[in-house]
Amino acid sequence: MRGVSEADKDRGWSQLMAAAQAGDRRAYERLLREAVPFIRAVVAHQHRRPDRLEEVVQEVLLAVHRVRHTYDPARPFRHWLAMIARRRSIDALRRRGRTEANEISDEFAYETFADPAANRELEVSAATDGLGEAIAGLSPPQREAIELLKLREMSLKEASRASGRSVAALKVNVHRAIKALRQRLQGE
Amino acid sequence: MASETDRLIERLAREAEPVRRLAPPLHRAAIWLAVVAAALAAVIFAFADLDVFARRAADEKMTLELIGTVLTGILATIAAFELSLPDRARSWALLPLPGLALWIASSGYSCWRHWLTYGPDGWEIGESWNCFRFILGASLPLAASLVFLLRRARPLAPLPCALMGGLGVAAIAAFALQFFHPFDVTFMDLAVHLVSVAIVVGAVGATERLSERRLALR
Repeated sequence: MRGVSEADKDRGWSQLMAAAQAGDRRAYERLLREAVPFIRAVVAHQHRRPDRLEEVVQEVLLAVHRVRHTYDPARPFRHWLAMIARRRSIDALRRRGRTEANEISDEFAYETFADPAANRELEVSAATDGLGEAIAGLSPPQREAIELLKLREMSLKEASRASGRSVAALKVNVHRAIKALRQRLQGE
Repeated sequence: MASETDRLIERLAREAEPVRRLAPPLHRAAIWLAVVAAALAAVIFAFADLDVFARRAADEKMTLELIGTVLTGILATIAAFELSLPDRARSWALLPLPGLALWIASSGYSCWRHWLTYGPDGWEIGESWNCFRFILGASLPLAASLVFLLRRARPLAPLPCALMGGLGVAAIAAFALQFFHPFDVTFMDLAVHLVSVAIVVGAVGATERLSERRLALR
């Protein structure tokens, strides 16, 4: 088609469609094949993902087939085709918008098992990620108090012996650490 | 995916029976309007009191109202046929605006004059129910035949096309009503006319919307 002007191309398509309306299947097949890149270009304005794009191109072809009796060969074919492609493309976009408004995308959803117990490990690791970071951000005496008293579950006396700090100091540090953790985790 | 598109093209080409091309929209609108005009003329000559109508039509504002309704009817019908085709601009929906403006302005003026003469008594429902029944009754067969013709184009955007058709049908019914309406338009009349037009436009639109959903589910 190189060297052929747009107007000639349009006239050619228009003649092919007129022949197709009269029942010439070969002309129709040629027209649709030649028109696909044009349809793809119109649809690509709204749909960039290749699979989605091809799906909408097929919808446009079906629409063209359904309304091919409305084409008047006295009028430009490309305009007729572009209007159908644009309309179908926008319809597909709206439909997608409606579908996505009712669905959520969650990558962990694919890793969910039917047995709730099987998910526990995954949930715990997700929940503790933030906590680990928050503990790392505490001051050294506070972090020590939390590790000994809450994570290793030592008694105050055992923790006092292990750290060399007084029971009163450990109590104050753990209290301040919990307060700091609460603020940090709620603030996220 | 591309090979699926190729397969679809092969299938469509195999199934491509010859089709009868639709006549230009203006021709189709003209034929429908001519048939409706003939039917209306027959009903008016058979049943309307033409002497009363001639006396009322001598009033300028009444003439304007008649022109407004008939213009809205014709222009909205043309717009509906144009909008039923896939390559027509949406701005065709603006076509009936001049007729609609004339119709609303002339009816509104009648109401205002009626208000000056009768005051709040103009709100009495009186004969208005007959107008309501007339507009709905006349619109039904008109709408059925128009929708039947519009759907032959299998509109890709049926709603604007149906709304235009509904407006055209309701305006023609309101025009015909003037031949059986031996009194001036009151506030209540205008309200009832507007409600009936809205019902007709809404009903035609809703029917199209429902059938569109059914098609989409197939």
